[in-house]
Amino acid sequence: MTDHAIDPQAAPVWHLTEEEEHHEPSGGSPTVLGFWIYLMSDALIFASLFAMFGVVASAYAGGPVPREIFDLKLVAINTGLLLASSITFGEAMPHMEAGRVGPVRFWLALTGLLGAGFVAIELYEFSHLIAENAGPDRSAFLSAFFTLVGTHGAHVTIGLVWIVTMLIQLGQHGLNPATRRRLICLSMFWHFLDIIWIGVFTFVYLYGVIR
Amino acid sequence: MTDHLLKTVFGRLSLESLPFLHEPILLGTFIVVALLGLGLLGVVTRYKLWGYLWNEWFTSVDHKKIGIMYIILAIVMLLRGFSDALMMRAQQAIAFGSNPGYLPPEHYDQIFTAHGTIMIFFVAIPLVVGIVNFVMPLQIGARDVAFPFLNNLSFWLTAAGALLTMVSLFVGEFARTGWLSYAPLAGLQYSPDTGVDYYLWSLQIAGVGTTLSAINMVATVIKMRAPGMTMMKMPVFTWTAFCSNILAIAIFPALTAAFFLLMLDRYAGTHFFTNELGGAPMMYWNMVWIWGHPEVYVLVLPAFGIYSEITSTFTGKKLFGYSSMVYATVVITILSYLVWLHHFFTMGAGPTVNSFFGIATMVISIPTGAKIFNWLFTMYRGNIRFELPMMWVVAFMLTFTVGGMTGVLLAIPPADFVLHNSLFLVAHFHNTIIGGVVFGLFAAMVYWFPKAFGFKLDEFWGKVAFWGWVAGYWIAWTPIYIVGLMGTTRRVNHFDDPSFQPYFIIAAIGAVIILIGILGFVMSILVGWLKRDQLKDASGDPWDGRTLEWSTSSPPPAYNFAFTPVIHDLDAWYDMKSRGYHRPTTGFRAIHMPRNTGAGFILSALALVMGFAMVWYIWWLAALSFAGLFAVAVGHTFNFKRDYYIPAEEVAATEDKRTMQLAQGA
Amino acid sequence: MNPTGDIAVQQRNLILFSTGVMLLIIVPVLALTIWFAWKYRRSNPNKTYDPNFDHSTTLELVIWTCPLLIIIALSAVTWTSTHLLDPFRPLERIAPGKPVPAGTRPLEVQAIGMDWKWLFIYPELGIATVNELALPVDQPVHFSITSTDQFNTFFAPTLAGMIYAMPTMKSELHAVLNKAGDSWGYSGNYTGAGYSDMRFKLRGVDKAGFEKWVAEARASGKALDTATYLTLAKPSAKVPVMRFSAPMPGLFDKIVNQCVAPGTPCMVDVMRSDRMRAAGKPHDPDHGPAKAPAAHTPPTGTHPDAPKHPGMSALAPFRMPGAARVAQA
Repeated sequence: MTDHAIDPQAAPVWHLTEEEEHHEPSGGSPTVLGFWIYLMSDALIFASLFAMFGVVASAYAGGPVPREIFDLKLVAINTGLLLASSITFGEAMPHMEAGRVGPVRFWLALTGLLGAGFVAIELYEFSHLIAENAGPDRSAFLSAFFTLVGTHGAHVTIGLVWIVTMLIQLGQHGLNPATRRRLICLSMFWHFLDIIWIGVFTFVYLYGVIR
Repeated sequence: MTDHLLKTVFGRLSLESLPFLHEPILLGTFIVVALLGLGLLGVVTRYKLWGYLWNEWFTSVDHKKIGIMYIILAIVMLLRGFSDALMMRAQQAIAFGSNPGYLPPEHYDQIFTAHGTIMIFFVAIPLVVGIVNFVMPLQIGARDVAFPFLNNLSFWLTAAGALLTMVSLFVGEFARTGWLSYAPLAGLQYSPDTGVDYYLWSLQIAGVGTTLSAINMVATVIKMRAPGMTMMKMPVFTWTAFCSNILAIAIFPALTAAFFLLMLDRYAGTHFFTNELGGAPMMYWNMVWIWGHPEVYVLVLPAFGIYSEITSTFTGKKLFGYSSMVYATVVITILSYLVWLHHFFTMGAGPTVNSFFGIATMVISIPTGAKIFNWLFTMYRGNIRFELPMMWVVAFMLTFTVGGMTGVLLAIPPADFVLHNSLFLVAHFHNTIIGGVVFGLFAAMVYWFPKAFGFKLDEFWGKVAFWGWVAGYWIAWTPIYIVGLMGTTRRVNHFDDPSFQPYFIIAAIGAVIILIGILGFVMSILVGWLKRDQLKDASGDPWDGRTLEWSTSSPPPAYNFAFTPVIHDLDAWYDMKSRGYHRPTTGFRAIHMPRNTGAGFILSALALVMGFAMVWYIWWLAALSFAGLFAVAVGHTFNFKRDYYIPAEEVAATEDKRTMQLAQGA
Repeated sequence: MNPTGDIAVQQRNLILFSTGVMLLIIVPVLALTIWFAWKYRRSNPNKTYDPNFDHSTTLELVIWTCPLLIIIALSAVTWTSTHLLDPFRPLERIAPGKPVPAGTRPLEVQAIGMDWKWLFIYPELGIATVNELALPVDQPVHFSITSTDQFNTFFAPTLAGMIYAMPTMKSELHAVLNKAGDSWGYSGNYTGAGYSDMRFKLRGVDKAGFEKWVAEARASGKALDTATYLTLAKPSAKVPVMRFSAPMPGLFDKIVNQCVAPGTPCMVDVMRSDRMRAAGKPHDPDHGPAKAPAAHTPPTGTHPDAPKHPGMSALAPFRMPGAARVAQA
């Protein structure tokens, strides 16, 4: 962890006299590692929801089937919005490295707008389905559909709150170690949601319609 | 109109929901609990302890204090869980033939559900987490865990879950569905009451805490080890804690998801685990057991680490086969993920699938067996001091081995066709959890108590606790093994065959002997505290220990180590002692530490209120507390002042005091 | 552990044998623990103390190999016995050395776990019973097992152990009883308030006795029709033995498909029509136009022949690749 030469034959060094910073040991911040581990556990929650969806994917119980209710055009637009938001977030990060707070806030705000569009379209889709009597209580398939897609949507919503919070904190404090660390975590979170969405798009929408 | 208003304000909560108003047993319990609670509040107020508790404990981010709070929570819940056990033993001992016993089914069913739920989620898990919390950072030479605030939050979430379970004792009822609340029984159609909702919200809230704590511990082991401590120089307990927490991160999401889906079934009318409209209840069984079986290893791996540390210390030897111990731990961690189906061989998955899961289960006994041999050969050519912790280890080896054997037996599918869901199974898992986990946790509490409080536990009462538990275990569970083999199923509140009654009476006597063991442990703390001057540990190393936690004072200062230690060998403290280490007495510097915060307490209190409101359908309160939760969580991120420096003078003063203490002791 | 059926005897022997194999290693471990603990205690002056003895390749090899060998042996036993005693597998023998005579058809019994009693239907004999299962000695039996709404296990410890009885699913069990005499059967999986008393009398009777018993049941004159069944299906505990003549035909399949109550669509039909609609073939060639069967909830208005939903036009499958390209852009 440090480069103290340790030679058991020589008079041993038993303790450090020069301390490292408590919160930033060498090898990167524990926060980024911890957040990554959290994302892995979150991925397992999604894995469970995917598994549940897989088990009941054709349990329509006489209710609507995917080809009757999925509007792929709408889903394609939604997917486009979310993928684009990942690109805009990607634009923000080099500015953070370079310490330019203005562009970071601009790209972050744009990411938030795209994400908000995504959530709005998803809410439209949900309300439409419920109005069509294709709500989550109609069949196990629809239960799993709403839960999987809705859990992803809830994550995106939390991401939006986080983006707003970061915009404010960047305004207050600029780029300091704490806000940088949070931006890195938020960036991981946002890209993670993108990956999950690709799974949702493929296995729920596309696979549902083509089989 | 008023009816409607009442419903809006109180949801489905009404005077009818307070069963202690019309049930004498519950009324008695309620009065005792209320008096004790009021007494405790009175004492705290009388001695003006609220400020002390709030500032020094509730808001503390010190891993040692959080660890101790976890352990206190677990011991309190142990008393509750064990009174459930006594009530069950009493019922089964008398309910034969025409005697229906004293507990009607709706009461008995709540008791066995609460017993299992509390013992696993609010006794075993908090005890393990508490001991890991206290010991592991000290063993790796760290000053705190990676995320001190998160640690505090995890504890309070666990406590909130426990409290919500306790509330169900007096307000409404607890689940009557067994400790895993299998669907479809736990669905709204068959369990419309509040019980399953209490169960789900308690465990979800506590489960978030456990997951966060596991993330915290893993990040701590990876990032916070003292210089020189490579992975293969980590103490075995740290290794097992590390693997256990990795496993917890890998499994808790499955449980969270299963409970989440069951909640949706109950609140949103979805059809995941219903019999109608395409639901798949079997999926619930799979998900809870994907969590459930590895969970046993989450608990027992740290216990294995505890046995390793204690054996090594009290035999005065290095642990035999350190690396094979580490590999065995890792292998168990991975294999435990591949065996869940053995909990329902009898669902008819087909012989090939069953054989696979059966054999995978047996394979786990290979590394476990290797561990047992490693402890054996650590004792070989040792110089064994039979102090209390070591006595627990030997009792563990004799007891757990039998539990392992019955476990392998249950892993053979055709044998499981006879033994599944029988009392033999119940005896088996109590054999492994009491003999494996609980003995280890008691050993750990006796072993590390002087480190935490600066004095040893009273030895006489410690021996009462030991013999009560060990003898009580065998007397209580041997007859249960026997009636299980004879085909008696679990969760039955009444028997027809009078020839079984003597077995259940013996089992009840065994339970009473275990009670003596539990009370003996409480006494050993009380008497130890009264005799704390005689039992004082001035050296910080009362057992001639081998790992880093014994190098600091008892109790350790807030910063643990005035200087971060540098590690050269396994058994770092033994290495330091044997190679002429001198404790530094000058040159102290200011130490960077995390600051206390009340956010964890507030968030958990809001989570508790939200859980309660959801259980009772008090929608406005649920919405309000959820909004509050969100606001406090976001608000907390605006607090950038999270750390401070302990000034060098203060460090010097603390260390000088220890220098004097050591000089007096020498 | 007092089996009267061949399968249960084999299960018991397997338990005894595996326990014996494991004791080969367990007993030495327990003995060594006690011996080492005694020998190497501090107060014993006649011992070797070697604080640095922490590794021995030979010993390590032994301590990994011994459990490994035991587990290899047990795995072999597990594999063969699991296949041999698979409940779905038809019997080959009635008792050790007594193969099933050629041409024997097993007696068909349908077991249904209900809240909180067992219903047994003998479809070929035209009788049904509640909480009583009579079996002729030395006659292979084939059970079809299901449950109305809970996960039960059909558990007959003297006959053949247990197997889950689950709603909407059918389990099977092949077994034979070798001795006359009464014993108890249970549900082995907790199902709520009446669970403790959910048990049935398992009666082993000789051939003549069985025929007499069947005749008695037939003579009871109570028919198990839809109305009787629906009353029976309501939760009830401590139900006394009941016997019925003439159970309604196909009752077991209707229970599995959750369609005993008049007007409820059978799951198997719903699933077939679902498959057709999901594949975009709303017309089932064998069964005429598929209808979305009336289920427990109101009709959904998503009849396959209905016009597309306004604003939510579903794409035909051949448009799929285009949609995917949009997504990738």
